[in-house]
Amino acid sequence: MTAVLGGRPAGSTALHLDDDDLDQRSRLVVVGNGMAGARLVEEVLERGGGEQFRITVLGDEPHGNYNRIMLSPVLAGESHEDDIVLNSHDWYADNGVQLRAGVRATRIDTAAKQVHADDGSVVPYDHLVLATGSYSFIPPMTGVRTDDGELLPGVYGFRTIDETRAMLEATGRCRRAVVMGGGLLGLEAARALQGHGLQVDLVHAMPHLMNMQLDAEAGAILKRSVESLGITVHCDVLATEVLGTGHVEGVVLKDGRRLDADLLVVAAGVRPNSDVAVLSGLEVERGIVVDDQLRTDDPDVYAIGECAQHRGSVYGLVAPAWEHAKVLADVLTGTDPDAEYHGSRTATKLKVAGVDVATMGVNTPERDDDEFLVISEPKRGVHLSVVIRDDVLIGATLLGDTRKVAYLTQAFDRGTPLPEERIRLLVDLSDGAEEVGVAEMPADSQVCNCNGVSKGDICGAVAGGCGSVGAVMDATRAGKGCGSCKSLVKQIVEWAADGDLAEDPAASYYVPGIPMAKPELMAAIREQDLRSVSAVFAALAPSGKEDAKSKMGLTSLLKMLWGVDFVPEKDGEFINDRVHANIQRDGTFSVVPQMKGGVTTPAQLRRIAEVAEKYEVPMVKVTGGQRIDLLGVRKEDLPAVWDDLGMPSGYAYGKSFRTVKTCVGSDFCRFGLGDSTQLGIDLETRFQGIESPAKMKLAVVGCPRNCAEAYVKDVGVVAVGNGKWEVHVGGAAGATVRKGDLLATVGSPQEVLRLTGRFLQYYRENANWLERSYDFVPRIGLERIRAVLLEDSEGIVAELDAALQRSVDAYTDPWGQDGKEPATPGQFRTSLPLIDLPKVPAR
Amino acid sequence: MSLTDLRTTTEHALGPVEQIPPGEGRAFVAGGVQVAVFRLRDGSLHATQAACPHAGGPLADGQTDVDVLLCPLHLYAYRWSDGASTSGAAPIRLYPVHESDGEVVVEV
Repeated sequence: MTAVLGGRPAGSTALHLDDDDLDQRSRLVVVGNGMAGARLVEEVLERGGGEQFRITVLGDEPHGNYNRIMLSPVLAGESHEDDIVLNSHDWYADNGVQLRAGVRATRIDTAAKQVHADDGSVVPYDHLVLATGSYSFIPPMTGVRTDDGELLPGVYGFRTIDETRAMLEATGRCRRAVVMGGGLLGLEAARALQGHGLQVDLVHAMPHLMNMQLDAEAGAILKRSVESLGITVHCDVLATEVLGTGHVEGVVLKDGRRLDADLLVVAAGVRPNSDVAVLSGLEVERGIVVDDQLRTDDPDVYAIGECAQHRGSVYGLVAPAWEHAKVLADVLTGTDPDAEYHGSRTATKLKVAGVDVATMGVNTPERDDDEFLVISEPKRGVHLSVVIRDDVLIGATLLGDTRKVAYLTQAFDRGTPLPEERIRLLVDLSDGAEEVGVAEMPADSQVCNCNGVSKGDICGAVAGGCGSVGAVMDATRAGKGCGSCKSLVKQIVEWAADGDLAEDPAASYYVPGIPMAKPELMAAIREQDLRSVSAVFAALAPSGKEDAKSKMGLTSLLKMLWGVDFVPEKDGEFINDRVHANIQRDGTFSVVPQMKGGVTTPAQLRRIAEVAEKYEVPMVKVTGGQRIDLLGVRKEDLPAVWDDLGMPSGYAYGKSFRTVKTCVGSDFCRFGLGDSTQLGIDLETRFQGIESPAKMKLAVVGCPRNCAEAYVKDVGVVAVGNGKWEVHVGGAAGATVRKGDLLATVGSPQEVLRLTGRFLQYYRENANWLERSYDFVPRIGLERIRAVLLEDSEGIVAELDAALQRSVDAYTDPWGQDGKEPATPGQFRTSLPLIDLPKVPAR
Repeated sequence: MSLTDLRTTTEHALGPVEQIPPGEGRAFVAGGVQVAVFRLRDGSLHATQAACPHAGGPLADGQTDVDVLLCPLHLYAYRWSDGASTSGAAPIRLYPVHESDGEVVVEV
């Protein structure tokens, strides 16, 4: 006697009190206790259906509900059968659901509304759900069945835990196995049996493996990968006869070859279990025919999962079954009486015979103007393809390399915009960072290096109920440091949630506290003439509620929009902007005076030295931006320090234009092709202090030797001789490294200034809050930016120039301003006078 | 009753309310203890310990709304209602604070 999976401990029984007459609830009967039937019960209970319905589940198998998808790992010995239990017998009892396991429904009397079962019992119902699943199809072969119609001993389908147990037991005494069927299940069975040391022949009737999902080329590559594991594959051939009398001894193929075997696994597809429906007079074609509410032609009988046929489709995957369960639970419980199911877009991701495979939608182009991109590397076992119709992804096949699956699944499910360069759908081009597939990443590998968050932490947050990327980021702080890991965090969350992710509406907001994207928000601010942060909250936030995390972004946006007419509010600013210095770990500040183009004078240096001594500045350091940083200045000393320096702010603290690095240029350098130093000074003079969605770091170099690293700047200008200058945009050399894209080559420093201004303004108006140019440029696309800025394709260039000029005109040096008179009471009062904080040692 | 409940608190007057601009915080010393006092835009007053429990950041330099205070160093958020962090840090201590004749009065 084999054990009942998910059964109750011996001796424990559930007393069922039969108080039917008193119970006013209507009777919901579910026929089938597989993944669809049990999920429906869960969904109904989740919607409070326990109070509406007396639920009875009839299950053919004696077990609780288990995860059928996991039978392959059980067969391979990788998972224990106890690990695949989804709902044990106890679960049914605890939830007041009557489970009649081991009872098979034989007929439905739709007129009397009763289910007849093979144990002679009759179960009355008010609503009946058929979730009978499917069965292994055994192709007609001579000798496959004994005279009494049973399968010949040694022949197994691969569908249930009992069959899996029997095969596992057989592996101990068998040496050669034949697996019929080169689909997913067959491949997994072959791999599992081979892992137990059996010699395995795989026989597939179609010309290539996994023909339902893969095209011929991908199928051929998969065949090579499978063969390299030591499994012999025979394609395009049928088995016609099973040999052996008391037990299987082999099979004969149609071409006359004989394959010896003491174990035969038939995985040649499944067929819907629709016999009960047919016998009961329900409409059945390939499966039980249902409408958009999963209703059969009898108004009180429904069908879900693999036994159902909806709009001509019968699905053999779990995801559609679960969608059925959700919709039907909505309908039955009245949570959403109008809920409808409109078919599933099926995407699968799996490891088959040790090879990663992900497929979604179609696998080949169907119309003349469908786009089809294929990358095939047979030697490496990699075959990737996508099919695009009208700029929407309608299919993708990834074999051997599924790194892009999370991204593609999202594009497929939601129809999100695709990159102009289609190849980016399948490979990551050169930003240096080698992407590792999130599925393969070990759980302890660190994802967010700023906050020390591992992949495991993120998966834990998802498992703990975080249903959106934003919720996971809030819970773990992943992606909340420098932000460079955000896209990876997103990928992991999507992978961990496996499609069960709420679309995060906040993802498109400019700031979290105002439910508007940037263009919408800018329009509302202009229309309603909102000039301060508090005015924006009052007018546009839900119930007028202010939000601390939104204030900084709004301040930046309002400054950009209103220039001199902006109404400042100190509490809308981050501390750095309130005191025009960069807060340090011990609560002191760093002071960086402006040093245009990195050029200074002996007089300036003398003053800096005197200030450093006078105020006992613990560290004086040359910055990466070619300036001098005074670190560890006390907040209360800031105004006096500025006054003694007599230099303007270098804006080393803001989300704003920062600095222009330059090389020596043509004055002294013997290679210099242009006066980069002067151009750098001119750029800094023009754009100093301009706020933006994220910081803007620039550089100008006098030749392509790139001594001031202009190729990796938000805007980088390179002299290329003959008075010409290249303007590169979207470069970065921080947490992300990216070489900038060449926007244009222009003929004079004046044109550089004009084009740089145009780009900066376009970025200021269109980038998301904290979106650096290295994300902004690829997102918008270089071609489009060129068209807008160089050809004026949107007719906005004059406006961009004028808006930027307003910002330039609004510039004032904050040190000169607040240094004389504080903007608010106690602006420079110390915030931590007494506590000894960890001191950064002076060098 | 725990031991801390037995400890008595004393009221300390910290000066006029206007020294704290709307929406901002300022640090004070009350009875030898450092406190950060905030005046929100809705007019309410809140007082907390002055240093962030995460890394000692000056909480008085943080940004506020009606629900939370953000530490300026690493943007950990703390609820006014109970001092708990919404982003996984240890909680902060809250002190009772009110306005009396235009003066900020904190109980420490």
